Amino acid sequence: MKIAVPVDENTQNTNVCVSFGRAPYFLFFDTKTKQTYFVHNSAASSTGGAGIQAAQIIVDNGVDVLLTPRCGEQAADVLIAADIALYKTFSGSAQDNLDAFAADKFSELDDIHAGFHGHGGK
Amino acid sequence: MQDFMATEENSMKIAVLSGKGGTGKTLLAVNLAALAQPAVYVDCDVEEPNGHLYFRPKHIVQKPVCIKIPQVNPTLCNGCRKCVEHCAFNALAYVKDNLLIFDDICHSCGLCSLLCPQKALSEIDKEIGIIQSGRADDVCIHTGILHIGQATGIPIIQNLLLEASSADALTVIDCPPGSACIVMESIKDADFCLLVTEPTLFGAHNLSMVHDLVTLFNKPFGVIINKSIPGANPAETFCKENNLPVLGKIPYDKHLSILHSNGEIAVKHSETYRALFSSLLDAVIKEVRHETAPHS
Repeated sequence: MKIAVPVDENTQNTNVCVSFGRAPYFLFFDTKTKQTYFVHNSAASSTGGAGIQAAQIIVDNGVDVLLTPRCGEQAADVLIAADIALYKTFSGSAQDNLDAFAADKFSELDDIHAGFHGHGGK
Repeated sequence: MQDFMATEENSMKIAVLSGKGGTGKTLLAVNLAALAQPAVYVDCDVEEPNGHLYFRPKHIVQKPVCIKIPQVNPTLCNGCRKCVEHCAFNALAYVKDNLLIFDDICHSCGLCSLLCPQKALSEIDKEIGIIQSGRADDVCIHTGILHIGQATGIPIIQNLLLEASSADALTVIDCPPGSACIVMESIKDADFCLLVTEPTLFGAHNLSMVHDLVTLFNKPFGVIINKSIPGANPAETFCKENNLPVLGKIPYDKHLSILHSNGEIAVKHSETYRALFSSLLDAVIKEVRHETAPHS
């Protein structure tokens, strides 16, 4: 199974990024091979539709599960079309979240937001 | 009626705008248009147009406003993703052999259907709103109405202004509040911008924003201070400090406010208000004539 997490830095001890579509990097972790790699999120600097493009990156990396603090409506449309399961992270390091997910301590993300579309987030 | 309309002003377009809602754009725009008849009143506040409530136009003709959005023929699409990669707005995604199209993100640029090597993408119409045109006395009223849930009213404003462009009468454009894209679209063709403000700090701050906008667009402009009261007046102070021309003031007046709240056009109900708005219209026309005179 492949897990993705939006993160602030491309280092092993990075924190989870507060944004999905505009996270600087995505961390990918393969539970079978225990391999981790990072991909720069090219959507982060786009003027609009960042969530859609970010979701496309997640889909193209063959992800099964996305751990994220939040997710917009249109990004969710793409992820759900690809049968990717969404789980809500807690604040802290990406590794803590991956460990907690492995220990089955996660709940599914059910508060998809309508997107900010130029109005900023909280 | 005074002789406001010398020939060169016959098709003058005056945009009425403000940095925030509730400053009195519609109050001013409606009364100026009613005074200047023959006139054209264009309501560009497409999210909540209310000018028509004052004019109560008759013989309304309604037209839909559509935008182009891409539609995919899945049997022709081979998943090359050219459209996904080149869309400047990220309005497309490709998942599990399916092309997903996000209408609300699409800017109708048409690039995807141009690029598609398989000719799998075509453009279809999507109705986002309507334009209603009618008449009340000698005022022609054009109202733009954006359907609920649609992302942008800009195409409606473009159609509205096109509809009103052939008019041979003074045109008053009632803009949406703020200084965003939708306001830029509304003032684009205007010959003159009237900035309405209030005598508060908030009013001064929002005036400064629309002032930046009209300066950026290189539009001649003047300020009208609404709800004017004696004493401290941050909006007027801002105008003095930055050399903004104040063309007139509308006093803070409960009776005027009640008339307006009841959907009445003030100049039709009282000589006092007729005189007040006449002096404002005079000042505006004088300024427009001055600003648009050829500099030899």
